[in-house]
Amino acid sequence: MDLQTTIYLVVGATFALYIGIALWARAGSTSEFYAAGGQVGPVMNGMAIGADWMSAASFISMAGLISNMGYGGGLFLMGWTGGYVLLAMLLAPYLRKFGKFTVPQFIGDRYYSKSASTVAVLCLLVASLTYIIGQMTGVGVAFSRFLGVSSETGIYVGMGIVFVYAVFGGMKGITYTQVAQYCVLISAYIIPAIFISIQLTGNPIPQLGLGSSLTGHDVSLLATLDKVVADLGFANYTTSDAGGMLNMFVYTMSLMIGTAGLPHVIMRFFTVPTVAAARSSAGWALVFIGLLYTTAPAVAAMAKTNLLRTITPGVVMQGTDPYAADAQLVYADRPDWMKRWEKTGLLKWEDKNGDGRIQYYNDKSKSDAFKAKAEAAGWKGNELTVNADIIVLANPEIALLPNWVIALVAAGGLAAALSTAAGLLMAISAAVSHDLIKNVFVPDISEKGELLAGKISMAVAIVIAGYLGLNPPGFAAGTVALAFGIAASSLFPAIMMGIFSKKMNREGAICGMLAGLFVTLFYVFAAKGIFFIKGTEYLDLIGGPNSFFGITPEAFGAIGALVNFGVAFLVDKMTPEPPEHIQAMVESVRIPRGSGAVTGAH
Amino acid sequence: MDDSGKAYWSATLRLLTKILVIWFLVSFGAGILFAPALNSIHLGGYPLGFWFAQQGAMYVFIVLIFYYKKKMGEIDRQFDVHEE
Repeated sequence: MDLQTTIYLVVGATFALYIGIALWARAGSTSEFYAAGGQVGPVMNGMAIGADWMSAASFISMAGLISNMGYGGGLFLMGWTGGYVLLAMLLAPYLRKFGKFTVPQFIGDRYYSKSASTVAVLCLLVASLTYIIGQMTGVGVAFSRFLGVSSETGIYVGMGIVFVYAVFGGMKGITYTQVAQYCVLISAYIIPAIFISIQLTGNPIPQLGLGSSLTGHDVSLLATLDKVVADLGFANYTTSDAGGMLNMFVYTMSLMIGTAGLPHVIMRFFTVPTVAAARSSAGWALVFIGLLYTTAPAVAAMAKTNLLRTITPGVVMQGTDPYAADAQLVYADRPDWMKRWEKTGLLKWEDKNGDGRIQYYNDKSKSDAFKAKAEAAGWKGNELTVNADIIVLANPEIALLPNWVIALVAAGGLAAALSTAAGLLMAISAAVSHDLIKNVFVPDISEKGELLAGKISMAVAIVIAGYLGLNPPGFAAGTVALAFGIAASSLFPAIMMGIFSKKMNREGAICGMLAGLFVTLFYVFAAKGIFFIKGTEYLDLIGGPNSFFGITPEAFGAIGALVNFGVAFLVDKMTPEPPEHIQAMVESVRIPRGSGAVTGAH
Repeated sequence: MDDSGKAYWSATLRLLTKILVIWFLVSFGAGILFAPALNSIHLGGYPLGFWFAQQGAMYVFIVLIFYYKKKMGEIDRQFDVHEE
């Protein structure tokens, strides 16, 4: 069977599975629509959180980023998993005890203020919408590469599938579909990794393979990689950090706090039956996420090794001289997978020195010794650009794995993008129908009416997300920083103080959220333009790029969170303390006993 | 809050502090601040600091959450505030 037919069959089968589950799990009440009836067990919920969390970015892009960054890429691994420890201990069990459907509802009730809840809705909408654009473009890329249709058609098909199970099934349909999607995406990630680990090191477990020696050598894979990348002028793989130790520290912290504050993840903890189940589902979620996240660094290093082996044959395995005239691959002899990816524009070759061979090295190296060697070898600049996204998608092709593995990776990429998109749509629709329509505009809406409003706002959100996916605004690339920055600087501190400080009042929380949000946006916009519009950057105003102790805009969320905490405490000291019944509510949220089903009643 | 409630909350906070210290040490400590020093030690083919940043911290995080769940359950029962 040829590759294209296999891909159609595997992807078609997974889509049929998702729709089958959607028909089986239709939502009949608001409780089923927002919280899956509060009856999802911790292991299932953990899997659903895993699929919800691991987006197109985790599945497709992360290993590629680590592959380029080396050691510094660890900030994504630690940041995106460490946040679950915070979530499990500081937020999830208490929010579950609180027993409502949405994050803005907690903030509104705890701070006895509709303005606080509206600020939270705003933060949630911006964070979720920016995040969803990436998922939609991810669906488009996966479709256009693997199914041979245009990326527009891909987005329409993706919208249709999500529509079926999200609108009719609500949280119930989404949760059970996500369990299936998790299984698809994790096998799609791990199976090729196992094959490649066996090929390179003989060890079938990628996590151990990364710490092993290359087959037939007594030098470890990492040490070999260190040597080869250094020969090509790149930074040492196992020690190159991301913009200095301080930046890596703050960046990791921002991702951790941001992860814990992202509403579409927090919302999952409203679907479990008890407080104890909320605690253990965070643990299970991290087990299922960890399976992919501990495999990713192995995929990254092994893909890099394979890429270098392809382009400079002999240098990795036989240790031949990388500067020799015949060390690099002749372009005309390149393997088929390179030809296929050249068509997508994600892989580019430009023969700068006209020798017909591919020179792949770091032409921006600052080492004079290396520059001298490169010049002596007749290299005139790096000739190969490899988009980071290729690393995972082309991995099975680079390692010459069978067609069904390539088809599985296509299905896995789509599962990752679709499941995250559905979770984000759920958070958006709940915020609109529950926190805006029911709480602010039409308080006496019937349950049936609210359910209908939820479904309509979900449908509208899908159309908007699809539109943004089809016409990605110029700022699409910078938006992940924004989503995490907003979650870290506004939502996380407000929720945490709401639980851990009985005396935190309305004024403190609102000022804190606004201050954290403002500082973060101010720093991000300084570097990337006001609302990411080109030409409106104002770097001079803050004293040049990364002027705050060399911290990059992506890493700034943690500083925003500090500002939020600081301002909230100062304002809190100067304003009256919260009423008795709010303090009593905080006390009751702190103990597990009496956790009823999630009702969402106001 | 009555005395038992206060004792329950301070027991909870003690547990959280303990776990957060370990959480900080394995990631920000071993994975970032002390990584250059730890890299001189090897765990199989892994330099140790690199291993903490790309593998070890994540394993410890998983253990920490299950430990928290178990200990928290014990504290709940000790102060008689567990779910029925």
